[in-house]
This record gives sequence, C-alpha cells and structure tokens, in this order.
Amino acid sequence: MIPLALEEVSFTYPSGVTALREISLTVAPGESVALIGQNGSGKTTLARHLNGLLQPSSGRVMIGDWDTRQHTVAKLAARVGYVFQHPEHQIFKRSVQDEVAFGPRNLGFAPARVAQLVEQALQATQLSTVADQHPHDLLPALRKRVALASVLAMDTPVVVLDEPTTGQDAQGVRAIGEIVERVRAGGRTIITISHDIDFCADHCSRLIVLGGGRVLLDGPRETVFAHGDILEQTAVEPPQLVRLAQRLRLPLAWEPQPLLAALEQSQRQR
Amino acid sequence: MIQLRNVSYTYPEATTPALNGISLDIAAGEVCAVIGPNGAGKSTLCYTIAGFAPYHFRGELTGEVVVDGRRTVEHPLGELVKHCGLVFHNPLNQISGARYTVREEPAFGLENLGMPRPYMQARVNDVLELLGIAALAERSPFELSGGQQQRVALASILVMGPRVLLLDEPTSQLDPHGTKEVFAAIKALSQTGVTVVLIEHKPELVAEFADRVIVLHGGQVQLDGAPRAVLADPRLPPLGVSVARYTQLAHTARERGLWPAQAPLPVTLDETVAGFELPSINPSSSRPAHGSGQ
Ligand SMILES: Nc1ncnc2c1ncn2[C@@H]1O[C@H](COP(=O)(O)OP(=O)(O)OP(=O)(O)O)[C@@H](O)[C@H]1O
Ligand SMILES: Nc1ncnc2c1ncn2[C@@H]1O[C@H](COP(=O)(O)OP(=O)(O)OP(=O)(O)O)[C@@H](O)[C@H]1O
Ligand SMILES: [Mg+2]
Ligand SMILES: [Mg+2]
Repeated sequence: MIPLALEEVSFTYPSGVTALREISLTVAPGESVALIGQNGSGKTTLARHLNGLLQPSSGRVMIGDWDTRQHTVAKLAARVGYVFQHPEHQIFKRSVQDEVAFGPRNLGFAPARVAQLVEQALQATQLSTVADQHPHDLLPALRKRVALASVLAMDTPVVVLDEPTTGQDAQGVRAIGEIVERVRAGGRTIITISHDIDFCADHCSRLIVLGGGRVLLDGPRETVFAHGDILEQTAVEPPQLVRLAQRLRLPLAWEPQPLLAALEQSQRQR
Repeated sequence: MIQLRNVSYTYPEATTPALNGISLDIAAGEVCAVIGPNGAGKSTLCYTIAGFAPYHFRGELTGEVVVDGRRTVEHPLGELVKHCGLVFHNPLNQISGARYTVREEPAFGLENLGMPRPYMQARVNDVLELLGIAALAERSPFELSGGQQQRVALASILVMGPRVLLLDEPTSQLDPHGTKEVFAAIKALSQTGVTVVLIEHKPELVAEFADRVIVLHGGQVQLDGAPRAVLADPRLPPLGVSVARYTQLAHTARERGLWPAQAPLPVTLDETVAGFELPSINPSSSRPAHGSGQ
C-alpha cells in the first residue's frame, strides 16, 4: 500500500490553459477521497497526473517512492488504475472476459492469478453473466462497468474513478457504491471524481474541493459541507439532506437517521 | 406535436422489441421527462421520434410516428433532422471533429443548411452565450473538460433552432450551476413553443423543470403524469427508479408520525421544508397550524 503526494504541482496545457495551480496534498493508503468542483476546475487534469498521462509543468507527483517523471505510463499502471470519464474509448477486446483479463495479463501476473482477479472483478461489477459477450453489444451503462472491472482486475493499490455514476440507473449507482466500499475495505486507496455529491457523501470520507485549478477546501464531510459559501464559488451544491437540514436549521447531516432523530426532537419541543 | 400510435421497434438481430406498443401524445411546448432503468428503451424512444430508428439503425418499426404533422416513415432523415434535434448522451458522439474551434462547431450544421454567414455568426454567438461557453469560443472542442464538451454538443443542436428537442441526459457531466442554466434555457425554449423530450435520471431536476413525466420499463410506458404525482409514486423503486432523498426521508418520517399523515409526499426541497416546518404535525397536538406549507 502506497501513499500519494502532489508537491506544488502546476500544469499548463500546450494550448496555454493553466489547469492546476500550486496544488499540494497527500493521500494516505486506504483513504476514500472525492475530488469535486465545477466544470473545468481541474479534476480530470489532476487525476491524469496520478498515472503519468500528464507531467506537472512544475512541482512533482509522487506515487509512493516513484516520481511520475521518472516512470513510464505503462509502469505506473501497476500502481494507479484509472477509469476514464468516457471509458468507451478504453475498450477494444472481443469479449468482456478478455477485456478484463488484458490488464492483469499485461502486468505479468501468473495465469491462475489472472483468472482469479478477473472473476473477482466481474463479480464485483455484477458482470459475470455477460462475461462471454462482446463489450460493444452491451448497454452503455454496462460497458462503463466493463471499463471499471478492467481496472479493478489490475489490483492496483490506487484506483481513480472519473465520473463513475453518469448514465447508471439506481441499481448501477448502488453497485458502484458497493465497489468503492469494497476497494476501500481492502485497504486500497480510491479517488472518485464526481458531480454526484450524494454519492460522494455516501462513499468518500474525505472531500477535496477544486476551483480554478486550486484546492479550495480539503477535509472530512462535516467540515466541507459546512462551508456553503466556498462550495458555492465552485458550483458545488451540498447533498440533498444537508441542504434540507440547513433549511430547517437542524444539525448538519447527510444520512436519514440523524436527521430523523433531530426532526423528532425538534417536533417534541414545539 | 409528437404522436406515437402503438409503436413497437426491434433492433436488427434483437430477439425482443426495445419499444413495445407505445402510444403517446406530446403537446407543442411541453417538457416531457422520460425516466426508467438502464435498458428501458429511453434512448430508443428518442431515436424513434427522430427517425434514426429505423433509418439509421435499420430494424423493424410498426405503428405510427408523427412529428410536427409528418409521418417519419414518409420523409427522409435529412429532412426530419431539420425539425427535430437529438442530443446524444455522450458529447463525443456529437462533436463532428470537422472543425477546429468551439465557435466553428455549431456553425457547421448551419452551413449545411445554407444559412447566410452574418446571420449564422450572430446565432452562434447567442447560443454560446446562452450555454455559458462564449469564453471558450476560440478553443478546440477536443481541448475541453468533459462538462464543457457536453455544452458544445448541446450548442450544436440548439443553434439549428429545432421545433422538437430530444435530449438524452444532456447535463450528466455538468456541475449543478451549469445544469440549472441549461435547464432554464431549455424551459425558456419550451415557452416559445419548442417541444422537449428529456431523458433525465435526477428526480430533483425533473420535479423542477418538467411538465410531465413518463416512466419507461421494458419498452412500455408504466407511469405517465405530472411530476408531483409520478415522482412520489411508491411503484418507482420496484421499477428500478430512485426517488429523491428528501422524498424518501418524508416517507420514513410519515411512518413515524413526523410528516403530516394526509399531506402528499414532497417532490421538491421547498415542499419538504414547508412540510416539516408545519408547527403541528401530530394531530393530537392542540396548537393550530399557521400555513407556511401546504
Ligand atoms: N486536452 C486539453 N487541452 C487543453 N486544455 C484542456 C484540455 N483538457 C482540459 N482542458 C482545460 O483545462 C481546464 C481543466 O479541465 P479538466 O478537464 O481538468 O476539468 P474538470 O474539473 O475535470 O471538469 P469537468 O467537470 O467538466 O469534467 C479547463 O479549463 C479545460 O478547458
Ligand atoms: N444499437 C442497438 N442495437 C441493438 N440493440 C440495442 C441497441 N441499442 C439499444 N438496444 C437494446 O434496446 C433496449 C433498450 O435500450 P435503450 O438504449 O433504448 O435503453 P435506455 O433506457 O436508453 O438505457 P440507458 O439508461 O442505459 O441509456 C435494450 O435492451 C438494449 O439492449
Ligand atoms: Mg473531468
Ligand atoms: Mg439511453
């Protein structure tokens, strides 16, 4: 298990757009972190630094003891698994099974281990029943889960999910939530990029809020959700139940039980 | 504006129909949200209204689809797309790649329509402004964030000024502010008579912006009504559709006597706040309610 560190990372695209400005942060092994913030705030750009797809214009990115500038993307893939925002472009094999086996095979795992990892990943993503189908014949929502399974099967200590819940129905969102929980329970680090703040509140204990390429807030849910003014600057709306609690002037809560208890108490007092 | 009479559609090589006996009337200027689980047929419904099914996908269509007075099977797709704009779920499927800048991308469609240049430029500027991407006008559409690309995709359809807009999760990658802006723009268009069919998973948005909600499941219409009725319907979860968290909370609260027993379940945050703020929820309480809610 390995920690992550960004040290004063700035990044400017060749076109001249500066997407990250002096970002410093560390993520400990086993943390479940959400990266949130408005469109264009730099979330995907930051994530692409973690597996070496992008190199900082200044500063450095450390994946454990590896400086991303000194290692190839292929090598970094053993440490950081990344499911893209549009994973359709990530899929190229003939069957779901082969697609998911490609990554671990490529990392040089023994055949028995590959088989085991593939089976676990298919199970976790609820894709076992479509293992023999062509990925392109699947519904878009399932195709997205194939990309997720492919990354899970590589058994990397760090997993990055870019907008994992878009296009998923209620059951799909639940399935992805369970995956995040499972990865985290296994002691791996998971970083979720999402505009689905309710999903982040459910499954990520730490929230990093980006705005204009900088970290505006970084902390546990209760601290971050309490900063409505800063969240507003970067177009983040607190979860539905947090907004309800705020409107009713009850203690901040994103789960139903504490909110119901508070409602009960306030009604008893009236 | 849109009439479907007993419409069924089966993709080539598929064994079961993706749409199965759908009859619908959608009035001009209506914002009709379509919800339902993955595979319900939501996108296929839009493809069918647009004429992509069967023209583009082939397969077999039965029943009658009439859009703006035209039976889709009697007109070529090239003519249908002038009246009916379809925004795909994935913006990368929409961006032509034929153009270098965000400004040129929507102009591409207008040029194909043979629109005069000065008029075209003004129109493009208006739409970029409307969708909050005017500042990105000179950028390449491929050098944008996911949410920015989604706005460009939408711009390239809105600029054509279609009478019917078919939107497949048009804001799935937008932040909450961008989402509200886009929905407000769509709502404003509907008030000028544009008919909107909107596939959207988030109940909170449907409640705020739709006039009507249709629930699809297994290629059939299961529920159809006003957002207020449909979004709090207890049949939604078994159909694989989630209700808003505050609706769910009010439901649990009602079971515990914390939500007025007679009051309908709320479908917006405002209604939820109003319901819980009623001073007297417990019928045995002697204090009178002074109507801050309904
Ligand atoms: N390939 C690229 N070339 C040039 N600029 C880019 C490129 N990709 C993104 N940008 C710009 O960099 C900034 C940060 O983009 P990024 O994709 O990291 O945002 P994001 O937070 O992931 O947004 P979203 O929520 O829309 O996905 C934006 O201003 C964007 O326009
Ligand atoms: N191009 C296609 N070829 C064959 N079958 C298809 C095609 N597109 C969709 N289908 C099938 O048609 C049915 C309805 O799919 P559709 O994509 O319309 O559902 P949806 O409600 O839009 O789902 P989602 O929420 O995942 O977008 C599904 O059974 C699907 O497998
Ligand atoms: Mg992004
Ligand atoms: Mg669809």
